Amino acid sequence: MTLRRLLPGLSASLAGAVVLALLPFALSEFHTALAAQVGIFFVAVLGLNILTGYSGQISIGHGAFMAIGGYTTAILSRDHHTNLVLTMLAAFAICFVFGLLLGLPALRLSGVYLALATFALAVSVPQVALKFDRFLGGSNGVQSRETVSHTWLYGASWTAAAVLFVVAWLLLRGRVGRAFRAIRDSEVAAVSAGIALPIYKTLAFGISAAYAGVAGSLFVMGTNGFAQPNEFDVVLSLQLLVGAAVAGLGSLWGIPVGAAFVALLPTISKDVPLLGSAHGQDVVFGLLVVLVMLLLPQGFAGFLRTLTRLRPRAGEGT
Amino acid sequence: MSTVAATQQNRPLRLALRPVNLVLVAAAVFLLVGCLRSEIFAQQTVAGLAQGAVYGSLALALVLIYRATEVINFAQGELAMATTYIAFQLIEWGVPYWAAFFATLAIAFVLGTAIELLAIRPVQHKSVIAVVIVTVGLFVLIDGLVTWKWGGDIKFMPAPFGQEVYHWGGVAISRQDIGTLILCVVTVLGLWVLFRFTKLGLGMRAAALRPAASALVGVRVDRMLAIGWGLAAVLGAVAGLMTEANQFILQPSLMQAVLLYAFAAAVLGGLESPAGAVVGGLLLGVFLNLVGQYVHFVTAQLRLPFAFAVLLAVLLVKPSGLFGKRTVRKV
Repeated sequence: MTLRRLLPGLSASLAGAVVLALLPFALSEFHTALAAQVGIFFVAVLGLNILTGYSGQISIGHGAFMAIGGYTTAILSRDHHTNLVLTMLAAFAICFVFGLLLGLPALRLSGVYLALATFALAVSVPQVALKFDRFLGGSNGVQSRETVSHTWLYGASWTAAAVLFVVAWLLLRGRVGRAFRAIRDSEVAAVSAGIALPIYKTLAFGISAAYAGVAGSLFVMGTNGFAQPNEFDVVLSLQLLVGAAVAGLGSLWGIPVGAAFVALLPTISKDVPLLGSAHGQDVVFGLLVVLVMLLLPQGFAGFLRTLTRLRPRAGEGT
Repeated sequence: MSTVAATQQNRPLRLALRPVNLVLVAAAVFLLVGCLRSEIFAQQTVAGLAQGAVYGSLALALVLIYRATEVINFAQGELAMATTYIAFQLIEWGVPYWAAFFATLAIAFVLGTAIELLAIRPVQHKSVIAVVIVTVGLFVLIDGLVTWKWGGDIKFMPAPFGQEVYHWGGVAISRQDIGTLILCVVTVLGLWVLFRFTKLGLGMRAAALRPAASALVGVRVDRMLAIGWGLAAVLGAVAGLMTEANQFILQPSLMQAVLLYAFAAAVLGGLESPAGAVVGGLLLGVFLNLVGQYVHFVTAQLRLPFAFAVLLAVLLVKPSGLFGKRTVRKV
């Protein structure tokens, strides 16, 4: 019975994994780099979805965690010649701790206040890098010692994405996931069912931040090893939120679409001859964001849900 | 924390606000004494008040929309910037500044209403996060449209209040600052009169607080929401034009920092409280100016993070802002 329920998801994941494994052989250098970007955003949006979609705490500040992860990688590589894969693990651990730390004050806040408090983080972190320029390199940023090829980055980002996806899936279908969802749906009910609210809410922040940290680490590798403050500005945090919303909150299956949306659209819309100038890019991107939300307010996952509901035999799918 | 039902509602409001009022009075006394003792202090305070009035106007726009629609409008600053460009265009065509100013306010009202009708209303009742994302999309869209139409380079507009600087003793205060302060205060007072004393204002407040109930007594809730977005856009236009006048230059990034300060101001005051937004804006403006003057660690780069650090500190002590009501959940 459980197997039957798992089957659509499992087969979709397997098919996705096979396609992703074969993809670099078919793509040009440039497109491999783009596909790697999708993988990076996949990780970040996945992390944000764990927090916002599952535990119900909104964050507009995940770009800050990406920045912390990215700077971790660059600094470790610059000062200690650490292997880049190891720096990813370090970014995971450090951002996990930072996430827990932010989760503590977040316990007192909810809704819009939490959103704006996290937004404050997104605004502040790049400025901090500018202020402490001796260690963090100021506006020039920090350059890591090694750089990687597009194919390497593609492999690393999608391997990380696959591992983290499986971890998230296992985590969310068990006790932790149930606790998150209970908290999201009603904190009062969750407490009376014996769920330790502070522990699970901060845990959600920690995990989510750790995911963003890995994404940030990969992101820096994708920018030729440069960690620069203006790469991690507020817009990045907003992009992640847009990605999570396009993917659909509270479901893992829309995330590839959300990640592709934010990673590819700016590049694709650059070539749209609609407005005849470079600035057409923003117009197209903004317009599409608005349109997608008007058409699919529940994101792509919501769209999938309607599709499965339309199928004659009910009782399957989500 | 929070959780379980509390029935301590209905505590007299005045009592609940007292600590805040005390803090405000203390702040006012501190500023007054400081101004009397030091000329630089006085100068920075007045300039801070002018800046704070701009933050307060935009914060008030955010609060108006938050009360009616329960979302933070990320596009508010960009909309203000776009309307400032419209004023710029009108002036380019030869319209005198103040005629262009009021024409721009009217255009802003129409734009705000149109955005509510076209982009917000269709998603309004489906998902809060969708509305937030729509405003983020509008942010990018408006920014792109303006840059496409007018280009990213710096533009100049005439100074609305002239360039004069008054000297009282050793205190130099620019006409521009005083004009900004007065204009923002008049706008806010006008809005207050509208909400307090007119039937339209009553309808808007009812629609924001109890949409279902006010629909039952005949308030056109949809129309009220649209008007609310229009008024917010007007406030934004005032803030945009005054920001331009203070900075002397017009470029697409005009309102991005101001929007962040307005966020901070709105949250500082409590997102449900219009008065809180204005007071929050003024406090923030003065505070940042004074800190910038006297605390050397807080350089220009740290101004914004510092504002948000203050914001975080306030939120941790009072999770719903200085003037916000504590939400009490019942089971």
